[in-house]
Amino acid sequence: MHELSVTESVLEIACKHAHNSKAKKVTDIHLVIGRLSSIIDDSVQFYWDTISKDTICEQAKLHFRREPAVLVCLECQTEYNLEDELMPCPNCGSAKIRVLSGDEFFLESIGIER
Amino acid sequence: MSEKRIKIVENILNANDQIALKNRQRINEAGVYSINLMASPGAGKTSFILATIKSLLNENIQIGVIEGDTAPVTIDSDKISAAGMPAVQVNTGGQCHLDSVMIENALDQLPLDDLDLLVVENVGNLICPAAFKLGTHSNVLIASVPEGDDKPYKYPNIYRGLDVLIINKVDLLPYLDFDMDYFRKGVEMLNPGLQTFAVSCKTNQGIEDWLTWLRLRISKK
Repeated sequence: MHELSVTESVLEIACKHAHNSKAKKVTDIHLVIGRLSSIIDDSVQFYWDTISKDTICEQAKLHFRREPAVLVCLECQTEYNLEDELMPCPNCGSAKIRVLSGDEFFLESIGIER
Repeated sequence: MSEKRIKIVENILNANDQIALKNRQRINEAGVYSINLMASPGAGKTSFILATIKSLLNENIQIGVIEGDTAPVTIDSDKISAAGMPAVQVNTGGQCHLDSVMIENALDQLPLDDLDLLVVENVGNLICPAAFKLGTHSNVLIASVPEGDDKPYKYPNIYRGLDVLIINKVDLLPYLDFDMDYFRKGVEMLNPGLQTFAVSCKTNQGIEDWLTWLRLRISKK
């Protein structure tokens, strides 16, 4: 449950770029969140509605793009998604794996009105 | 009025990471080695710190401790102070993890130049502390065997970022259905070759091996 501090960071970054772009209003916030970044969309939205009041970002719509956590087997090169619990390679059963992606956690873009 | 989409691509935790970098620099300049100690509640973080302090006290190694807690309780820091080392209690006000700003403030309250080792005891939690860099040199996790052998499978992220794993309370193994091979297989999947010490703070088993690892890091600072 660290969504509050995370949402504050989102607001800070969005406001900074909005001012730099001489925006009158921010309409959309596009976030990219990997499966391994344990962040709950509803919780971010809840805090967002509260903390964005009276800022340039008030009423901006939050968009979440979820990226799966992709693992690769180092024995047979099979790529598979991490769903709930960590699993060995579904193809050959090997435990020699590497995490390819799923750590993403960034603000991709904002929609503004000038 | 015109509408426009502006590309940003900025890491959301960037501000935290920047302050963590500053903390690291400050700790380095003071010639201190620092660890971020993480675990679930009750894994034995404070007992482990006390066992470490007790052994190093006679070796003229000065240790400072930053204690993170979600509520204003000083039980942990009182124990550390009673052992003769400076401790700062950080109350996170309910927040689930320490962040780099809290460490920045806590560093102001410690005699950093007089220290050899700084131990940060993070909030008891296996999820959130993994996401927030503090500026410490190494991430250490204590997994205690009563928690069960499935934790690497359920909390993969914290295991991925570790430099050292401490398996605590191994004196209880005869009484538990803890499958050490299954546990270690999960750890190996996430963090191949991870430096691991099996210890008991109760019997002192394995503590000396951990101290040997730690002394080497401290002496290089």
